[in-house]
Amino acid sequence: MSTGGLFVIGASHHRAPLAVREKLSLSAEGAAALHEELAGIAGLREFTVLSTCNRIEFYGVAETPETTAHVTAAFCARQQFDAAEFAKFRLSLRGPAAVQHLLEVAAGLDSQMLGETEIFGQVKAAYAQAQARGATGPVLNRVFQKGFQAAKHVRTQTAISEGQVSIANVAVELALNIFGDLTDTRILLLGAGDVAEKTAKAFQRRGAAALTVASRTLEHAMALATALGASAMPFEQHAARLGEFDVAVCATSAPGTIVTLAAAEAAIRRRPARPLFFIDLAMPRDVDAAVADLQNVFLYNLDDLAKIAEENRVARTAELAKCRAIVIAKADALWRQVEAQVTANYRPPGTGDPAREPSST
Amino acid sequence: MFAQFADRSWLWAAAGFYLAGFLLGTWSLVRGGRPSGSANYVLILAGYALQLVGLGLRGRAVGGCPLGNTFEFFQFTAWSAITLYLVVGVTFRTSLLGYFTSCLAAALTLVSLAISAWDATRRAHIFGTNTWIEFHAALAVFSYGVFGLLALTSLMFLLRNYSLKSKHLGGWFSFLPSILDLDHISVRLLAAGFALLTTSLAVGSVYWLRDLASVTVSKLLTFGLWAAYATALGLRWRGLLLSRRFAWTNLLLFVAALLSLGLVDANRHPNPTPTAAVAKP
Repeated sequence: MSTGGLFVIGASHHRAPLAVREKLSLSAEGAAALHEELAGIAGLREFTVLSTCNRIEFYGVAETPETTAHVTAAFCARQQFDAAEFAKFRLSLRGPAAVQHLLEVAAGLDSQMLGETEIFGQVKAAYAQAQARGATGPVLNRVFQKGFQAAKHVRTQTAISEGQVSIANVAVELALNIFGDLTDTRILLLGAGDVAEKTAKAFQRRGAAALTVASRTLEHAMALATALGASAMPFEQHAARLGEFDVAVCATSAPGTIVTLAAAEAAIRRRPARPLFFIDLAMPRDVDAAVADLQNVFLYNLDDLAKIAEENRVARTAELAKCRAIVIAKADALWRQVEAQVTANYRPPGTGDPAREPSST
Repeated sequence: MFAQFADRSWLWAAAGFYLAGFLLGTWSLVRGGRPSGSANYVLILAGYALQLVGLGLRGRAVGGCPLGNTFEFFQFTAWSAITLYLVVGVTFRTSLLGYFTSCLAAALTLVSLAISAWDATRRAHIFGTNTWIEFHAALAVFSYGVFGLLALTSLMFLLRNYSLKSKHLGGWFSFLPSILDLDHISVRLLAAGFALLTTSLAVGSVYWLRDLASVTVSKLLTFGLWAAYATALGLRWRGLLLSRRFAWTNLLLFVAALLSLGLVDANRHPNPTPTAAVAKP
């Protein structure tokens, strides 16, 4: 079977360490300029550039095997990265293997966080950008569009994206299990450190709008509140105003308990029909463990969240074989649809016989 | 060509569809998947249509709303719960309410069909020409259907509460709606069921007050049930009956409602219809 001129080259978190990925990362301006350069490469019929924090990948349709080397050279030159060094980390696939890789990437099977969904949007955005610039043609259009359908199929037919695998997202998922919708949910952040910020951003990504920050240092609370578009509150008021909030994210570095049983009881008495959710991310813990026994009050600490995240990760890994089977079948069918178009104008080295083209690396 | 089938045949077929919905959902859950909301909805809809035909035939045979014995009470209660589910269930299509509803409907219909004694005596024209009394009875039993759905949402609330408190969130617990959504829908169902039962009793009272001798133990039981639901609703609105206690109350009151249906039949004035007058399978 000829693999023709459909290719993917690039580097990802699998082989390239963070320091290398930082150097290979494309800025918006850099990406635009690179697009111009790639468009000028003779024999590159179609191409799309996928650039995320974990991968830089070039999908293309080439007329000659040398074309991919030109793409690599153009990229390395722009990033001022040694081409020989790049070869150490490089991913290079052709034909059906390239199609399968795209499907795995879009379905989140190749992601650092298995089954994550953000990559799907990133691949769609990369394709839309290439299409808008006129860089795609009949082959990549079909491969990407059918690839998106296949990726959706994988997600809906398997549990690869079920459950959250990061602490912050597990906390948000729990809040959704309690409140259903976070639009009107009032969230109190006790603490203004990294953990509180990451959790707050996870809540904002899922639609939470009413955030209030309280920290033992008011300036820190105000700084985080400004960064999040939230409001700040003096720390001393947190016990008295606890009943105003639905979710309390507790992430202070205080040596003792911040939320006592009495404070939680008083808070739930003020809003008896509405649940109160404590997320205790602090070490040592901020919330008295006895709070968990109150009716309509839910308390999860760091260990609880980590355990759920790990269970979800294991469950996703268990789904991987099923996902791969779907992807292989879909990629095979898709390759058969585009194979003739890919190989039509492809000139293999030497003989010009597509059947003698070396298979994917 | 279907006219030859007796009402019970249609009702058996309807129960079969409800049972199929329940078994399909159970199969999905056992395999670790989410029960198909649309497949369940279609099965329930098919069962509902068949039950409608069966109850229609029974109604024609007895010359009024089929509420003459315990079998008919249970069938009508299941039909009422399904009616409401088909309206509100769209919102909950993917969150197990369909599965639980098919379970309740299958249980009520199959039990009523299996216990032949409940359908041994069929009463015709029990409401005479008084359509208001017929309306009162139909509305009362319809409210029991609403309370049936309320019992299901309360059961789902208890399961969700258990999963959150015990930190067991995987498996089929993950298909349950949020605890706040379940609480809100339960309050609305309680209010709707109470409004229907109140209207029903208000209509009935107009006639009973004229003839106090007609007030039987069964009617007093219904009033007692109404008072219990009124108390539950009042306490909920005042914030005194919440969370698990509220859910348990709704479950226990529905069990009481089902038990009271049997007593209603037992206390009815004897007016059996000759067997020949009513088609039997």
